Amino acid sequence: MALFIVRRLIGLVAVLFAITVLVFLIFFATPGVDPTRSLAGRNPTPETIAAVRHQFGLDRSKPMQYLLMMKRLFVSRDLVSYGNQALLVVPAIASAAPVTFSLVFGAAVIWIVFSILTGLLAVILKGTIWDPLLMIFALIGISMPVFWLGEVMNLITQDRLHGTFLFSWVPPLGYVPLTQNPWQWFLHLVIPWFTLSVLYIGFYARVLRANLLDVENEDYVRTARAKGLPERQVLVKHMLRTSMITFVSLFGLDFGILVGGGALLTEVVFGLPGVGQLTYRSLVSLDLPVIMATVIYGAFFITIASALVDVLYARLDPRIRPA
Amino acid sequence: MLRNRIALAALILFVVIVVVSFAAPFYAHHIAHTDPFASNITGTTVVNGKQVDVLQQGGGTLGIGVVPIGPTWSSDYFIGADNQGRDVMARVLYGGRASLEIGVGSAVLCCLIALILALIAGFFGRFADSILSRVMDLIWAFPVYLLAISLATVLLTLPNGLRWGFIHVQPSSLWVPTLIITLVYVPYVYRPVRGQVLSVREKEYVEAAIAQGASSLRLMFSEILPNVVTTVIVMLPLMIATTVLTEAALSFLSIGVQPPKASWGTIIDDGQALLYSRPWVAIAPGIMILLTVLSLNVLGDGVRDALDPRAKLRMKG
Repeated sequence: MALFIVRRLIGLVAVLFAITVLVFLIFFATPGVDPTRSLAGRNPTPETIAAVRHQFGLDRSKPMQYLLMMKRLFVSRDLVSYGNQALLVVPAIASAAPVTFSLVFGAAVIWIVFSILTGLLAVILKGTIWDPLLMIFALIGISMPVFWLGEVMNLITQDRLHGTFLFSWVPPLGYVPLTQNPWQWFLHLVIPWFTLSVLYIGFYARVLRANLLDVENEDYVRTARAKGLPERQVLVKHMLRTSMITFVSLFGLDFGILVGGGALLTEVVFGLPGVGQLTYRSLVSLDLPVIMATVIYGAFFITIASALVDVLYARLDPRIRPA
Repeated sequence: MLRNRIALAALILFVVIVVVSFAAPFYAHHIAHTDPFASNITGTTVVNGKQVDVLQQGGGTLGIGVVPIGPTWSSDYFIGADNQGRDVMARVLYGGRASLEIGVGSAVLCCLIALILALIAGFFGRFADSILSRVMDLIWAFPVYLLAISLATVLLTLPNGLRWGFIHVQPSSLWVPTLIITLVYVPYVYRPVRGQVLSVREKEYVEAAIAQGASSLRLMFSEILPNVVTTVIVMLPLMIATTVLTEAALSFLSIGVQPPKASWGTIIDDGQALLYSRPWVAIAPGIMILLTVLSLNVLGDGVRDALDPRAKLRMKG
């Protein structure tokens, strides 16, 4: 087990290194790309360009530039934004991360609860009209663009039905830190949580239903039924527990992806100042260091999440563990 | 079979959306009588026999500002205008054309590239296989949207577009989002197809063909390819659903389709500013995306059930 974890860790470091190199190459070494163009302002003189290039170390060789960038990103943590040179990139990400984490954590709780309920209900109600109906709802949830759903939610809760008792409690768009006012934090995030979780409820409910129906034909389920266990116990203790292995690994990856920046569209639509919003702002102004830092941050979360899932998976299911 | 009928209905819905989107020029010229790409700020239209401005002064919440005309539910400005006075319905149809071209184009390209790479991995030894797998793992490790965003940002900053040998892509071309989306999703198709190629390669009939002295090209194309192609066909509708959603997201972030071209995503982006006063601008393209992706998902389920006997067993059980 220890050897497996160590091997996975070495793999993790290698992938992270490769990702930083790839991101650097995309942003600074694509033929024709000139990072100074967004730095030096409009119609810069050749002297300004040269000065700016020197200031940001862009006149060095590419490997040197990469090392410098990594040093400023990880060691001295003083990489500055091109658009606003008073903005330090690393602290900006650190202060945006709690917002993203609040959003994703709440949505995750909602989607776990609702998808397990939907998946179980669909299996229990198999053969009735409710099973296909639930699955159609799940499919609709998967088929909606999340940013569009967010806008429709805004239209309903902020404008059309805001005057009615249904949604008069919805505060204006924005974010209140948990430490400042927990109740307002909760109120501001309820609609974003549900919006973000719709896709995952649909997806996880479908996966869970398929898994449950798969294990239904397994011998141990038949045995459990044959020895006269109550149906509820068979469903929850025998079928659901096995199906949770896939569920847990999917969840780990999706959680990592969302915390790493996948919640960008939801953040933009609801005006939440998280990491995704930061990426979006820097996209609009083509602020390469910020984009690069947020992309690396996101990739880190995802690789670490997938490594954690592998280790967890090996713990849950000894067949995975290599000899 | 009810399921087959549902899948067929989904196929018909998808075909209708495609046909309607590709009839966009016809709709714009003969029904809406407008050019959906030219701004029409001072234009007028006729509603209930009266001449009305397309952009109405003082239509805003406080009686100030300019608000485009809302849905007329007749041929001109069927669901209203955007803030440049352009017919939204005509734009949604044109936008559908771009979205579908990018979605279908990148999904097909993605499947083709993944198929070719998987065949290479299966036939040119363990070295090629391990290199390809490493590269795919690296792309896989990237969050899809972040990789697409990085590539799109860089390609859009290039003043003269991308020059790569004889290939020359303008930044405003639909090829930019198409190629980006293709690249991002290749590993998702490559992994299952490669697994399939490696397992088919061990089958007896392939060994028989080898014993008969078949060349590796012959093996690849007449023994292996027909047996892995079903995997790709099963994935295709689901891939198109995914790529259509990705295109919409990139365009919504204004790094997909570039103006003056429009796609469903860019129209939703345009509609954001008019959300409370003229919600149809943002709602209509979203409904089109929903219908397209839903029909493809249902179709994909149907194709999978038809071609994958294990899934059929599951349905009976």
